Amino acid sequence: MRLLREAVLVAGKDLRIEARSRVVFAQVLPFGGIVLVLFAFALDPDRGLLPRVAPGLFWIAVLLASLLAVSRAFAIEADNGARDGLRLSGIDPAAIFLGKTAAVVVELLALEVVLGAGVVILYDVRVTGGPALLLASLAATTGLAATGSVYGVLAAGLRARETLVPLLVLPFVAPVMLGGTRAFEAALGGVTSEAWPWVELLGVFALMATTIGVLVFGPLLEES
Amino acid sequence: MTSTYSPDGSAHSGGARPGAARVPRWSVLGAATVLALGVQAVLALWVAPADANQGDAQRLMYIHVPAAWLAYLAFTVTAVASVLWLWPRTRSVKWDLVAGASAEVGVVFTALTLALGSLWGRPVWGTWWEWDARLTTTAVLLFLYLGYLALRRTGDSPDERGRRCAIAALIAFADVPVVHFSVTWWETLHQEATVFNPKLETNITGTMAWTLLWSVVAFTILYVYLVRSRTQLAEMQEGLEERELANAIAERIETGESAVTV
Repeated sequence: MRLLREAVLVAGKDLRIEARSRVVFAQVLPFGGIVLVLFAFALDPDRGLLPRVAPGLFWIAVLLASLLAVSRAFAIEADNGARDGLRLSGIDPAAIFLGKTAAVVVELLALEVVLGAGVVILYDVRVTGGPALLLASLAATTGLAATGSVYGVLAAGLRARETLVPLLVLPFVAPVMLGGTRAFEAALGGVTSEAWPWVELLGVFALMATTIGVLVFGPLLEES
Repeated sequence: MTSTYSPDGSAHSGGARPGAARVPRWSVLGAATVLALGVQAVLALWVAPADANQGDAQRLMYIHVPAAWLAYLAFTVTAVASVLWLWPRTRSVKWDLVAGASAEVGVVFTALTLALGSLWGRPVWGTWWEWDARLTTTAVLLFLYLGYLALRRTGDSPDERGRRCAIAALIAFADVPVVHFSVTWWETLHQEATVFNPKLETNITGTMAWTLLWSVVAFTILYVYLVRSRTQLAEMQEGLEERELANAIAERIETGESAVTV
């Protein structure tokens, strides 16, 4: 219970910083938007390819944006000795991990709503299979945010972290990319039954990444 | 036959040098590696017959299969060495260095596996690359461990690096089955087999089987040799760094410079 309360505290802190600085809103969101527009340039809208590959493009855009969101989540701990503050606060490192992950999840879900609307409008996609889409997004986003937080703290304090974190995260989240895309394809294609196995896979991945984070965040925070 | 590595160093080299490790220039293991690989080459190129269907292209198998085996062996050793580093009772810098050396060898042989598979796939499958579960997993594996090696190069103190890298190695290792599972699923659910996938294990006999077995043994000896040499080299590097630091401090003291001048 205390773990949960502390996690909420940490998540609240991160979201309050975001509400005041609006970095994710003003920088990461437009970034995702321009990625969607550039995809249309790459895949000529006239050929009718966009609606068919929309799920994959959506998740690529989310994946790239998530790298920036994670980078931001750990950049705010880098200045003014914030990390020392966290370490000395007496908050359980597992709660810090859960809190930071939750904050990134909230930011990414908001981003996905906007990018999703962008996909519907720009790529001419008809939305079907709502529940599957919703659960797949939730599970995939949790997996992405948890993985990002693990590698974010792993690379915290290192000189080349901005370039290192994407290289560490992207191969690791390959199953999320695969699961998210297939689940969306099935749901949008009207065969929701085929989406559920992928939603389960995304759930298992999210659980695995969260468990890893709870286990390793403490020792890594000490080190960074 | 061994000789001692002794670079001409500084004026402060009286007594035992902390970083002067003994390096075997030539060892039994090295000789065994050369011999084993030599025999393998003869077996694979001349003794083993050409495949009835695939012709000489099939001979690539004698390095492709052992290279793949070696890659997976190397990453498993990296994971085991990382656990040994993390476990307080067996913690030693050496395990960190072994983990790094093994991962380096693993990355090289993963890349080799992919390159050889590609070369073989062109004449036999008719394509350089196929999105088959094993290929795809191996490709993701290559990038996972490239990231691990990049993390190793970020220049921390040995203790910090040890912790970060040991944890990173275990996380990467845990991801491999998940990647493999999801890719296999993807393949079975969404992709029909477009090419025939020969089961090499079932129709391999006689000289071919023995050659393959020998190749795997030879590559395993090569692996032990490479990891041992790389670990020794890393130990020497660490020793050299320590010694340079000690020398710099001694020089400062000798010249009477204050260490606290800002």
